[in-house]
Amino acid sequence: MEHFDMALVDWSRAQFALTAMYHWIFVPLTLGLSFIVAIMMTIYVRTGNELWKKITKFWMTLFGVNFAIGVATGIILEFEFGTNWSNYSWFVGDIFGAPLAIEGIMAFFLESTFIAILFFGWGRVSKKFHMISAWMVAIGSNLSALWILVANAWMQNPVGMRFNPDTARNEMVNFWEVLFSPTAINKFLHTISSGYVLSAIFVVGVSAWFLLKHRNVDFAKKSMIIAAVFGLLSSFYLVLTGDESARDIYHTQPMKFAAFEGLDDGTVSAPLVVIGFLKEVPDPNQPDVERFAFKIEIPNLLSYMVALNSNVFVPGINDLINGNEKHGIMSYYEKIDKGKLAIKALGDYKEALERKDQVAAAENLKVFEANYAYFGYGYYDDPNDLVPNVPVAFYSFHIMVILGVHFMILFIVILVLLYKKKIEKIRWVLYVALWTIPLAYIASQAGWVLAEMGRQPWVVQDLMPTLSAVSNIDKSSVVVTFWIFAVTFTVLLIAEIKIMVSQIVSGSKNEGGH
Amino acid sequence: MFENLSYLALQQYWWMIVSLLGAILVFMFFVQGGQTMIKSLGKTDNEIKMLVNSLGRKWDLTFTTLVTFGGAAFASFPLFYSTSFGGAYWVWMLILFAFIIQAVSYEYRTKADNFLGAKTYETFLFINGLLGTILVGTAVATFFTGSDFLVTNMNHSIWQNPYRGLELAFNFARYETFINLSLGLAVFFLARVLGILYFFNNIEDETILTRARKQLLVNALPFLVFFLFFLINVLFMDGFGYDSNGVVSMVPYKYFNNLIEMPLNTVILLLGVVAVLWGIYRGAFHYEKCGTKAIWFTGGGTILTVFALLILVGFNNTCFYPSTSDLQSSLTIQNASSSKYTLVAMSYVSLLVPFVVAYIWYAWSSLNKKPITAKEMEDDHHAY
Repeated sequence: MEHFDMALVDWSRAQFALTAMYHWIFVPLTLGLSFIVAIMMTIYVRTGNELWKKITKFWMTLFGVNFAIGVATGIILEFEFGTNWSNYSWFVGDIFGAPLAIEGIMAFFLESTFIAILFFGWGRVSKKFHMISAWMVAIGSNLSALWILVANAWMQNPVGMRFNPDTARNEMVNFWEVLFSPTAINKFLHTISSGYVLSAIFVVGVSAWFLLKHRNVDFAKKSMIIAAVFGLLSSFYLVLTGDESARDIYHTQPMKFAAFEGLDDGTVSAPLVVIGFLKEVPDPNQPDVERFAFKIEIPNLLSYMVALNSNVFVPGINDLINGNEKHGIMSYYEKIDKGKLAIKALGDYKEALERKDQVAAAENLKVFEANYAYFGYGYYDDPNDLVPNVPVAFYSFHIMVILGVHFMILFIVILVLLYKKKIEKIRWVLYVALWTIPLAYIASQAGWVLAEMGRQPWVVQDLMPTLSAVSNIDKSSVVVTFWIFAVTFTVLLIAEIKIMVSQIVSGSKNEGGH
Repeated sequence: MFENLSYLALQQYWWMIVSLLGAILVFMFFVQGGQTMIKSLGKTDNEIKMLVNSLGRKWDLTFTTLVTFGGAAFASFPLFYSTSFGGAYWVWMLILFAFIIQAVSYEYRTKADNFLGAKTYETFLFINGLLGTILVGTAVATFFTGSDFLVTNMNHSIWQNPYRGLELAFNFARYETFINLSLGLAVFFLARVLGILYFFNNIEDETILTRARKQLLVNALPFLVFFLFFLINVLFMDGFGYDSNGVVSMVPYKYFNNLIEMPLNTVILLLGVVAVLWGIYRGAFHYEKCGTKAIWFTGGGTILTVFALLILVGFNNTCFYPSTSDLQSSLTIQNASSSKYTLVAMSYVSLLVPFVVAYIWYAWSSLNKKPITAKEMEDDHHAY
């Protein structure tokens, strides 16, 4: 394997993970709360009921506090592609940059222009324009998620491009294929619906606390109805899009799929592990050792879920490493060989061009193009380096799914109790609602841990490994900036939580006012 | 429509868009400039509150312009993005840090239990105004003076200086450092001038405005000195040009020649400079008559001037991001750009820009019908 500074790679990954995870604490609440606020404001404008105005203002204040820190953590992510992943920036900039630019032009300006109206428009603009501004903020927030998720989806499933050996980068050949790839559509819909669910849980949980304290009961119930209906509808959507995403991953990232299902050896009629505990990290040289200490599984279900046919073969980790001739699966060993051919051919092609040897250049180009699909594999010697961290993938996936089911049940229970006017009497449900708030954040983070760690070692699936994407900088610089950001974001998070709690407490005492 | 344009025309079109975004960003730095004067223009809590709230309604647009500038640069000139951001690591990290601490400061400053206290957030705003403007100005000056990097035949960029960009502002053994810093300081003082003119337009409070008027010439003068130092040096220095084969060489008076060879751009530059000065003059000496309108002259002039300077360094076979380590590694709008297909696709999206400008204008106008007053600060529950 070519020499890489793995300490630099690890610190660069740590810094990106730190900023991305901090950013993702705040974004999902922004995505959903913006719609919830818009709905509440619409009710206020249509009914003229002052209580709805108070409700709108209260949730808007929390939205504003959360939005500001989301912006603070977001800017660094965009620029980190350049500062810490400059080789990546060039390799994919022709495709990845476009969604980022479009995001700025289409979404960020919409969001930032109308957010000023949303917060400062009371008494300065008409009610109707104020309401439209609330919807514009919600649409802008969600549009900004669209473009960055399109870019991320492209990294998971690179489509609509070709590699240009002269510029040594991937170039876009079909914008629509990039925008409407099934991976992009699923990723966008699944991610925003997860944000809606988290926001709904946040509103339901805070309202539950109001009810537990017997403060602003009408205010809390009204908030709860809006949020629970919004959350339940979003939950259904979350399940549907999650199911589609998993099927997409089965086709485009089979190793990630096998890792999060904990499937070592492929089989027809594969069972689905519903709950499982891993007892050890398996030794690649002892593939027969059982990975699970305990598991509950449903026979045939995994095969059925991936192809609506319980007799379908689902490849496991070992099938992908060693290949499976019967099921037409090429081994990682073979892919590594082809990748090395592609890397060498590209270098030889460049040298031939410099020598002005057109014949040799053409021959090498032919070899390169025949093997480019496996280009990234050529950076490795050992196929086991191409397996993601299975426990991380497995647990993050299962935590996300189990909590997702819990959220859906919670919304149904809350709505039933509200309908039967018993919500204040069943206090344990209110406590569950309150303590589900942190669970929603855990589920949300788990989703991204799965998405990003599950695809390792790739930054662009099959084409570019993470280790070759880093900037040519010294490790110590990244270590210093890592700690600067870690301290800064932690301090800002503490400030945010303290302000949020303070606003909620004062809101509960002042009929939602300030 | 865009498909019929040549590759070079598309590259030029996108350089113009990036330049326009950069120019608007410098205009929007009135927020940063204003932030550095909160304590000198506001002495009481309510005065400070008025100043903060006046700026607080615009900060997000400056932020968005910066992000969009970065996104557009990434999308249209990815080799610049990977070279500059990955190379001048510390400069960009400091700029980013300055903007991170700004983003929360408005919203958190007066909130109860804000952990750090109002004064800390006000200090954050000051740091953002100071570092953000000087470092961005200094970074842009290197478009003319060059940086230490190499680009390999696989288009991987390798920065040659261990100080990772800090040398561009602090290596005083190199004369170009003074040119870089002069633009940084010019942008800083211009931002303060713009901030003052913005307050003229947006705040209705005699005490604050009297102090602001006194500050106008105090900041305009150093701006002019630093800007002229930068401009004169640039126009009379050797520049980085390239021939039809893409071979880079040092060309005597390259930027001065560009002025002569691109007369329309020269007119834009002159108009811009005159408008900047006219706005300052009217604001300083005819305040009663047109103080509130001065921001539009100086702001518009800023946009024209910065736009023309960036065209000066990007067009007419000029390297917009030159390498002093290896001339042939220098970046041009031709060798650093995205593919033709991507530029065409994004060009269609750029047609949305007039629509975006229109709704920003409409939204601003709606919000700015009434200037900020002390009474409003007392009544507004969401005031920062």
